[in-house]
Formats: sequence, C-alpha cells, structure tokens
Amino acid sequence: MSRVRPTAARRSRLLVDRIACDGRGLCAELLPEIVELDDWGYPIVDASGVPDRLELLARRAVAACPLLALRLEAQH
Amino acid sequence: MNTQLLWFATRGTGIVSLILLTAVTVLGLLSITGWQRPGWPRFLSADLHNNLALLSVAFVAVHVVTAIIDPFTSLGISAAAIPFASSYRPLWVGLGVISVYLFIALIVTSLLRERIGQRTWRAIHWLSYAGWPLAVAHSVGAGSDAFAGWFLLLTLACIFCVALAVSLRIWLGRSRREELPYVVAESRLPAPFAEREG
Amino acid sequence: MEGRLLAGRPLDEGPEPLSEHLARLGPLPDRHHGLINEVTASGLLGRGGAAFPAGTKWHTVAQRAAGDARVLVNGAEGEPLSAKDRTLMALRPHLVLDGALLAANAVAARGIVIYVGERHHAARNALQVALRERHLSRARPRVPIRLVAAPNAYVAGEESAAVHHVNAGDARPTSVPPRPFERGVDGRPTLVQNVETLAHVALIARLGQAWYRSAGRARAPGTALVTVHGASRPGVREIEYGTRVRELAALTGVEQSSVGAVLVGGYFGSFVAAERAFGLALDPIELRQSDLALGSGVVAFLEQSDCGVAATASILEYLAAQSAAQCGPCVFGLRAIADTVAGVAQRRATAADFERLTRWQMQLAGRGACHHPDGAANLLASAFAAFADDFALHVNHRRCVTGRSSASAASAVAA
Repeated sequence: MSRVRPTAARRSRLLVDRIACDGRGLCAELLPEIVELDDWGYPIVDASGVPDRLELLARRAVAACPLLALRLEAQH
Repeated sequence: MNTQLLWFATRGTGIVSLILLTAVTVLGLLSITGWQRPGWPRFLSADLHNNLALLSVAFVAVHVVTAIIDPFTSLGISAAAIPFASSYRPLWVGLGVISVYLFIALIVTSLLRERIGQRTWRAIHWLSYAGWPLAVAHSVGAGSDAFAGWFLLLTLACIFCVALAVSLRIWLGRSRREELPYVVAESRLPAPFAEREG
Repeated sequence: MEGRLLAGRPLDEGPEPLSEHLARLGPLPDRHHGLINEVTASGLLGRGGAAFPAGTKWHTVAQRAAGDARVLVNGAEGEPLSAKDRTLMALRPHLVLDGALLAANAVAARGIVIYVGERHHAARNALQVALRERHLSRARPRVPIRLVAAPNAYVAGEESAAVHHVNAGDARPTSVPPRPFERGVDGRPTLVQNVETLAHVALIARLGQAWYRSAGRARAPGTALVTVHGASRPGVREIEYGTRVRELAALTGVEQSSVGAVLVGGYFGSFVAAERAFGLALDPIELRQSDLALGSGVVAFLEQSDCGVAATASILEYLAAQSAAQCGPCVFGLRAIADTVAGVAQRRATAADFERLTRWQMQLAGRGACHHPDGAANLLASAFAAFADDFALHVNHRRCVTGRSSASAASAVAA
C-alpha cells in the first residue's frame, strides 16, 4: 500500500527578512511555485510552506538571494 | 616535454583568466541593476558570475603552476606565493600575486556567505574593485604578449567593458527604498477627528 | 463605576505627589517572584494594544534574565487618537513607577527605561518630579531609572522600535527574531510593557488578583482606560472591560442617531458601522473573536454627515507618511493605497482603481518587518465593510452619501 503524504504537512517554510529584502526578484525566478512578486517586485510567499519536493530548490533560492534576505525555517 | 608548451600554456591560461575575470567583474557590477530578459533571468547573471569565478580559479591555477614548473622561467614557488619576491619583473608579477589572493578571499567568503553573514561578506567584496585592476596591470606588465597589437586591443576591450559596467553601476545602482526617501514624518492628528479635539 | 487607576484627587488637580499616593495606597509591597504568579492569576492583559497576558510576558523574560534583564516602560503613545498613557503618566506617575519597580524586581532587571513621547510635556514633567521625590524619600529605587524621549512618530512605540531607539537612537522597527524578550535594551532580555499595564500591577500587588478580577469580565477582567472622540464629553475615561459601546456613548454624550460609524482601536483598529458598533462590548478578547481589536482603547464616533471614505483617506495618508520606509511592500504599498483612496474620496477613481485597491489590501498583510502595513490593510478592509455603500457611490456614481460636493470632500482629505 502506498503512503499518502498529507498536503498540509510541509517540513519547512520560507521566511523573508523584510528590511533586508530589496525586491531583486531572484527568489521568484527560482521558486515560482511558492513565490510571486507584487506590483513593485517584492516577494509574496505562500504561507503554507515549502513542499518537500522543492526543499532543495528552496535552499538554493536562500543561497542565491543577493542580500541573504531569505531563510528556511522548520515548520511546527 | 616541449618547453615551449609550458610557456604557451602560461600565456594562454593567463589571457583566458583575464577574459573570465573581466566577465566576472562586469556581471558583479551589473547585478544590482537587476537586468533581465525573458530568456535571461536574474539568477542566471548571478550564477554565471559565481561559476565563471570558479572557472577562473582553474585557469589561474594552471597559469601559476605552468609558470613555476617552466624551466625557462626563474619563477619558483616563492615568486608565486610572495608578492614582489620574483626576480623577473618583481613589481608586475607581484601585482598578479596580490590579485590572486584577493580573488581567493572573494571566492572563499562568497562560498561561506551564509556562515559569515551579509555584512562581513559585503565588506570584503569591496576588494573586487582592487582585484581586477591588479590582474590587468599584471597582464600588461608581466605578460610576454603585452605589446602585441591583438593583446592591447583585448586589454582595451576588457577595460572598456568594466568602465562601462562601473558607470552603469553608479548610475543605476540605488537601493529600491531610496526611491522614496524616509523623512521622519511628524505625528499630526489628521481630519476628521482633529476638529473634534475637546 | 469606582475609579481604580484614576481614583484619588480630582483629575484637574495635576499629578498626585508621593505623600498622597502612599497615604492613599500604602507602601510599595516587597513582592519578589510571587508577584509573577499573582499577575498571571489576575488575568491582566497588556494595555499597549496586543492584549497579551502580562503574567506570561513577565515569566518569559524572567526565565531568560539570568539576573540581568531590563524593563522598558512604554509610554510613547504613538497612536494619535490615544491620550490615555500621557494622561495616566501626568496624573498618577507613582502608579507607573510602582509598577515599573515591581516588574524590575520580579524579572530580575538591573535597569528601567521609561520611554515617553517627546511632546508629552505634562507626562515627562510629572515623571521627573516623581522620580526626584523617590530619590529623596526613604524608599529610593533600587535600580537605575532613566527617561528616554520617544520621537513623535507613529511607529516609535512599536516594541522593537522602542528598543532600537533606546539602544541606538533610531526609532524604527527591526527585523525579529530576536524579539525584545530575548535581546533588547543593552542586548539583555527586556520586558516591554505599556504604562497602563504597569499601573494596574501597582494595584494588584497591594490589593490582590481577586480584587482585580472583581471588575470586568471572566476572560478580560479589570478596568481599562479609553480615549473617546466625537462626543460632547470626549477624552480619557476609565471603564470596566465589557462595557458596551452604547453605554460609553451615553456616558460621553453621544447622540446615537447621528452616528454613522465608530472607529474602534484607533488607526490600528477598525471602522464599524453604527448599527453593529453600539452593541459591541469593549472587551479585547470578545472583540478579537469578531476580528476586531480594542487596541490602545480608542473609541471615535464618526457622524453620519461625515464622509467615511474621506475619513479613511485621511487616516491612510497619515499611515503611509508614517511608514519607517524600510520594507518595500509598506513603502510602496501604503503610498499607492493612500493615493488611490484619496482619489476615491475626491471622486476621480475608476472601477479599475478599486480593483487594484482590493488586491493591494489583500497583499499587504504580514509583509513588513512590523505590523504597520497589516494595520493599514485591516483599517481599509473594515472601511470597505462599514462604508460599502459610500465606496460604491464614490466609485460608480461620483457622489457621496453625505451629499457633499467634490470640493469640500477634497478639502476634508487635504486638511
């Protein structure tokens, strides 16, 4: 029998340091599934968290932010 | 081994290194402009900047090693490791040595950026403004092809690209928040409640 | 209702001196750690706006203190419609000082900072005199207390902004974590507490948690200071939690039939249509269940003859100007929202503008380092609900329910 993962359970969430963020937009390019940009180029992050399959990509996005304004945090 | 081969390798990898480092510098300067096109996202410029920097490490490494092991040069390890310690054109080789150290610092701190934090990383990254000019000076002063027409043309092209990038950086490189300057707005009671103050 | 915080000499006779304070209430009790339990048992909620249980906050700081915490007494009162904190400090400074000293003792703090608005002269003077009285008295404070002036800006009272200003002279919010209870003034765990909350503690420490709970309601016990606007007898009053808006209206001389809407909680609160508003109980816990907040205790009555859209535009213009300008969504988002709502008020907005407005409002929540943009978004959402007809009239028919002409609406916004 296959194990069905509940969609609600996601291991981590992506958080933005809003003061450090300068709206460069690399995060939205790398993670369009959970980050979209508002009218001024600032990220809107899906609050439900990072799906497990995108975890690695999320880490890449965190490393790619030119201002280190992103961080991944374990979700409770 | 054909000793000329080592000499060609030193010159060849040196020139490729110069081109790569020029590209790295230009991409770095332009990163703040956020330039992008449908087929060229911003993370591509950032990743290219990082990858070309790592690639240049390989070419610079070959450049240094072939220069040292070439029996026709009097360059030993100390000449490569200690600035101005070489007997051949000590000033110009020395500038190259310093340039390599600066780039190593830039690359290592960038690889460890999440550990050392944005502030420290940024402070050290200012060294890039010294790293590239030193590389150019080294190639003109220490290189065997320095005064060949094609090389001068190449060097001028590199300098032109970086100069252009620096101008664009200065012209366009403002933080987004500076578009709306912060003035400590005095707290005043706006209408319609103001008139009612008893 | 028998006054608690405002009991004592008449309110027009200035600050209560130390001798009178002691004669009326007795000496400052020597409480140590038992006080945290007493405060927790009392159910005392913070009076700075969040209505967070004070006992829990104290416990959290005390756990991390390691004998070297700080207390930041927050009297910045950045909310322009609120006057309760400066009034309390000006009239009953010793209640505030007692509360601060009790808190410092309970959480093992080595220093107290009293953060008072730079324009609140009566409050500052009263506190300075009160501090001098204490230093000359037999019960000299055992920890250093200093007064720091808060800049006259809306976000200056936000807890991380307060800490930032005390530490570095910059009253702008900082990114959290770490929150002040982890690392605050001088880098130490800091209890940031509103002046009114501490004043209640001064009484709880003497009279007990059962006494405190004898007023108010089960989940929101006690009394609270509110600031009333738009009434014939406006100003600061002490009420029991649970008092209905209609009762407060009667107390302060408000003609209910002429009221169009009520602003509950000030600029960080919500507009509520009159029919719904008068039945509301001024109880922070109950209000929260209706997605409302008592906040800093501001209750402002808006006349039917005043354009709700224009009032909203005025407030949003203020909020946009008061952004600390550190976070893109707040800087650009609030500015766009304020300008567009001003356009709606002046009847030059289109349906497309309104659609943009709704989108921006929904996108603002949680996207700043502090909750300033959330407050503005929430206020706008409440205005959409309370003034739904008026917004529709402005956008679709270029008219206003008050029947005012375009010129006067524009001047009301610009004032």
